[in-house]
Amino acid sequence: MSSALFNLILQATLDTLYMVAISGVISTLLGLPLGVMLYATRPRQILAQPVLNRALGVITNVGRSIPFIILMVAIIPFTRMLVGTSIGINAASVPLTIAAIPFVARLIEGALNEVSPGLIESAQSMGATPWQIICKVLIPEARGGIITGLTITLVTLVSYSAMAGAVGGGGLGDLGIRYGYNRFNPTIMLITVVILVVMVQGFQSFGDYLVRKSDRK
Amino acid sequence: MIELSNVSKTYGSGESAVHALKDINLHVPKGTIHGVIGLSGAGKSTLIRCVNLLERPTQGSVTVDGQEMMRLNRSALNQARHRIGMIFQHFNLLTTRNVFDNVALPLELMGEKRSAIQNRVLPLLEMVGLADKAKQYPAQLSGGQKQRVAIARALASKPNVLLCDEATSALDPQTTGSILELLRDINRQLGITILLITHEMEVVKSICHRVSLISNGKLVEDAEVGEFFTAPTTTLGREFLNDFLQLTPPKELIERLSDTSGEDTHPVVRLTFSGDAVSTPLISRLARECNVDVSILQAKVESIQDRTLGLMIAELLGSETQTQEAMAYLQSHQLNVEVLGHVQRTV
Repeated sequence: MSSALFNLILQATLDTLYMVAISGVISTLLGLPLGVMLYATRPRQILAQPVLNRALGVITNVGRSIPFIILMVAIIPFTRMLVGTSIGINAASVPLTIAAIPFVARLIEGALNEVSPGLIESAQSMGATPWQIICKVLIPEARGGIITGLTITLVTLVSYSAMAGAVGGGGLGDLGIRYGYNRFNPTIMLITVVILVVMVQGFQSFGDYLVRKSDRK
Repeated sequence: MIELSNVSKTYGSGESAVHALKDINLHVPKGTIHGVIGLSGAGKSTLIRCVNLLERPTQGSVTVDGQEMMRLNRSALNQARHRIGMIFQHFNLLTTRNVFDNVALPLELMGEKRSAIQNRVLPLLEMVGLADKAKQYPAQLSGGQKQRVAIARALASKPNVLLCDEATSALDPQTTGSILELLRDINRQLGITILLITHEMEVVKSICHRVSLISNGKLVEDAEVGEFFTAPTTTLGREFLNDFLQLTPPKELIERLSDTSGEDTHPVVRLTFSGDAVSTPLISRLARECNVDVSILQAKVESIQDRTLGLMIAELLGSETQTQEAMAYLQSHQLNVEVLGHVQRTV
């Protein structure tokens, strides 16, 4: 393999990791509170707000139902406003983040839903405020499920980031399409796919390891 | 210490309304252990949850330690809840915290400093006999140990009242015994008022001072435990007692019982006697004074707290007038006589 090709692949790999990292971190920071809200504002929950809950649910579903490829194009003006350009890995990170937030939120909500209602009740009997219940009971008790959800999110972001290559987003997907597909270079195509597989496998194994470590059941 | 006045709880409204509690009045004096017993679905859980307002009554008032619970705002209610410990059937320990940190939780919620928490948690673990398990996680403990941790946790905030929601129902009989003993010690040593709900007479018998019987959301009986076990006033109370004492007639006898009496039948009676009647040789007197023979089918003597309770299922052999006389004689000696039915004379 020529060193030019090697550099190309290395750069693309770093680009993909960069996009996944940025969108992964920001979508977790925003998706976690949204997921907690989706759960806690349910009827008869600790912060019951049925109207707000329905509104959040609808917004989340809309976010989740727009195909990523369409979302990416549709929010170009917003992306430009935010990062100044619509091409490149920074620009691609914007739709990736936007798409991942409702995804993370639903997975967090699901993880919280697995916490035994008895634990919430006993915390209430101790005089815990809703905020204390969230921080000291719900999130710690759901941490296994939360880590599983975030692992799924990272893996999904890897494949979404490959799609971002289609609009000049950079990264492995971009490399695969331009060199592998358009120039019909099966070696590059294969290398790209193998790196993506290894990356996904790595995220999954690391996530599983963290879940095992946090499991006290 | 705990006072429920005219408490009602209704779920839903209109046609589909479910009346979980109906006009409950309950008074638990300071330092006593009060049991509420009932079948599942009778409203026990709702009742105990109304005390710390995990369930808010639809009507009535709840007073704990002089505080009108329903009038408190959110933060005052949380403050009041620090003074009311609660334990549950399924323990409800946090699986991701070890024993020490589980017991520390209520103190963290109250904003106590780490050093103060340390000083409070260790003696509590000592008291419940789990000082060596501080670093273990709930999954590594047995059911009884989990309930001990839950008890230590409930006591961490120095409550005046402890609510026990079927606290021993998930435990085997031996473990139940040791948990009840622990609760009794807590009541005696710390003077904590305990309200417990249960469906087990054993629990009431071994630690309660007073007991209320709940049925269909209503308290139908309220008595000293000794009284309840010797002379329950309701049918449900008697059923609970008979179940507990396992004093039901043998199956083949039940099959032979008929409701109607005649010249050629004998009555089969269940006799319950307490107090002086236990030590009086009533059966032999009965034979002498009323001229009936008594065939004892089942009998046992139970000691319930400071009272002795005798129970007997017997067939009274004699003419109809004689057996009527015999029953009147027994009743005049403070025996509870219940005719279970009549059997054909075999001779």
